[in-house]
Amino acid sequence: MNVQVIDRPAGASRDKSKLAIADCDIHPSPKSLPVEIYPFLSKRWQNHLETYGFIYRQGFPTGPAFQRGQPDAARRDAYPPNGGRPGSDLQYMREQHLDPNNVQLGILNPLRSGQGLQNADLAAAYCRAVNEWQVEEWTSKEVRLKASVMVNYEDAISSVAEIDHWAGNPNFAQILLLSRTAEPLGQRRYWPIYEAACRANLPIGVHAFGYGGTPVTGGGWPSYYIEEMVGHAENTQSLLTSMVFEGVFERFPNLKVILIEAGFAWLPALSWRLDKVWARNRSEIPHVTRPPSELIQAHIWLTTQPMEEPEPREHLRDIIEMIGWDRLLFATDYPHWDFDDPTRALPIQIDTATRERLFLNNALDLFSPRRTS
Amino acid sequence: MRDTRSNDRVNDPEPDETLRSDADHLTTRRLPDSFALPINQPPTQPMKVPTAGAIDCDIHPSVPSIKALLPYMSDQWRDTIAQRGVHELETIAYPENAPLTARPDWRPVQGRPAADVATIQDQALEPFATSFAICNCLYGVQLLMGEDMAAAFAHAVNSWMVANFLDQDPRLRASIVIPTQDVNLAVAEIERRAEDQRFVSVLMLVMDENPLGRRVYWPIYAAAARYGLPICVHAGSAYKHPVTSVGWPSYYAEDYAAQAPAFHNLVSSLICEGVFAKFPDLKVVLAESGITWLPAHLWRLTKFWRGLRAEIPWVDKTPTEVAREHIRLTLQPVDAPADAKPLERIMDHFGSDDMVLFSTDYPHWQFDGDAALPDGMSVSLARKIMVENPKNTYPRLK
Repeated sequence: MNVQVIDRPAGASRDKSKLAIADCDIHPSPKSLPVEIYPFLSKRWQNHLETYGFIYRQGFPTGPAFQRGQPDAARRDAYPPNGGRPGSDLQYMREQHLDPNNVQLGILNPLRSGQGLQNADLAAAYCRAVNEWQVEEWTSKEVRLKASVMVNYEDAISSVAEIDHWAGNPNFAQILLLSRTAEPLGQRRYWPIYEAACRANLPIGVHAFGYGGTPVTGGGWPSYYIEEMVGHAENTQSLLTSMVFEGVFERFPNLKVILIEAGFAWLPALSWRLDKVWARNRSEIPHVTRPPSELIQAHIWLTTQPMEEPEPREHLRDIIEMIGWDRLLFATDYPHWDFDDPTRALPIQIDTATRERLFLNNALDLFSPRRTS
Repeated sequence: MRDTRSNDRVNDPEPDETLRSDADHLTTRRLPDSFALPINQPPTQPMKVPTAGAIDCDIHPSVPSIKALLPYMSDQWRDTIAQRGVHELETIAYPENAPLTARPDWRPVQGRPAADVATIQDQALEPFATSFAICNCLYGVQLLMGEDMAAAFAHAVNSWMVANFLDQDPRLRASIVIPTQDVNLAVAEIERRAEDQRFVSVLMLVMDENPLGRRVYWPIYAAAARYGLPICVHAGSAYKHPVTSVGWPSYYAEDYAAQAPAFHNLVSSLICEGVFAKFPDLKVVLAESGITWLPAHLWRLTKFWRGLRAEIPWVDKTPTEVAREHIRLTLQPVDAPADAKPLERIMDHFGSDDMVLFSTDYPHWQFDGDAALPDGMSVSLARKIMVENPKNTYPRLK
């Protein structure tokens, strides 16, 4: 059992909570889906959704393939007192999270936002609607929050149009994809998205989950939600492997990719493996001219939640030092059940300067490239 | 039937000069401190710990050709193979001429590497002075779609293994190849072979039609436990699904890289689906998995177990503890940089000296010369890995 505790002086966590943080994974939700999005959708698509519903590469239209551990995967205390789904009330989000945790920058990652819908025209229209909704309901009302450009990534043409539409708009901090895609994200069908991202000077966030339609392991479908959840790490390793070996980072040298909610402690072992496989297979992939570990260090950031918790806890320090303290972005996943509390989530003690980097400055540097620190 | 090809070139390696010069170039690059490039040791580097007496838990004899299996099949299957022109069952998991598939100095002039006992004696047994070596034959039996054909091939591969290897050298042991396509036929093959004590484990591939923890496979584990046979899960796929959870990759390099995430999924599956709760004496050996991924995966799995254990109440201790008791890993390949320090840290993260089993992964090209033991392992750990851990894992290796 996890019995090792940090010897904190009384009141220390309260003091620490006053340090400003960036939260790189906040999930805003409409009060009710999809009605709150309808004002941003044409009548045609409203009628379509009322008639046919949401059709993904997954059998249940109103719930996930693997039934979750909690309703809406939410913290039990995250339901707004005035009603609506967790994460749907800005004032309550301020009271419960943004203010007490001193969130200076919060990145919004809306889920169930049109991505992965089978109907490409509907998906594009819904992504546009969610992007307008984010500005209207969130970022225009709360300057600490920044939106993500939702794109129907399975259709590069509409994705590029969406990115071009919002390029330069200060409400948006990144472009968001989901990790369970129809094909590995390094493949060429996705390259126009990366090209547009570089043009717009926006990083690409890849959040766990999605609707690719293939089994969630290379060996078929598991039985349990816990396997699916843990498996987001493997899924993300596969998409990262694809981006490296397909030569995405050679082709788009300014591309920045943030891997969100898929863990990070696996990265050193994966980097070593890719270096080894690359060295042995150079003749197959001559377009990859640098060792994968170098490409990963140059192009990849990872959010911290859910933070790995080794026993003994100091082992986590080894791993973070291998990855680099400058490559991790703190995230809470508010309002979801596996929320990482900024005062308690990091299981090791670090000095204040490192803490400020991990909890705030890495994100500010990444999302505000012109900022001088 | 036996391949009588000459072994003259065994001691006359011709490494791929292109690759060699690439590698030399790379070792001189300035690399980030935390990710030194894992170029293998030059063959001349002396080893710190001799491997004499070690038990090599993963070597790969090749079926020289489908013809070699015909003597071990019924008339019906012999006729079927001839009349239908059934092809070789080599797989894309190890393309025949890909660098990884056989080390340059272990590649014969003609034919497949490691295809006869004399070659294995010269290249795998003598140089490492191993006391035993466990043969895991990777002929693509598991890929077949038909259950009966798969059972016929599995049976033939096992019989071929007995006649050509186990009967030819007392140091050789083998894993039982089974047709996982049909659990009843798989159990029948285990029962047929179990009497022969030289079969020391049961072989499965890390990516089959279903995750290996699922109950459909439990009769296999029941049979294995009954006969004191660990399950050896080897890298590879039945290719019933894309090798990644996001679809088919473009390059072989991605296929091989994907084996490690598949092992992560496997560990989750075996533990969460309750295999070790049901079969408390079963051990599962992960062969050719890369090994350094395991601690971080168990941290993540254990964290989620704390939040979601109500879904899997039969897992009544941490997945980390379950893994230390039941999961073993063969050594090669070691996914680590040439610098010993990171590997030292990772071996510490295992929190157990019992889990890793010596292997060369012969004839796959994972290291050069005799450097099968990487830097970064203490002498005491290396000794455990070579003899004690394998003996504690395979009850039949006494």
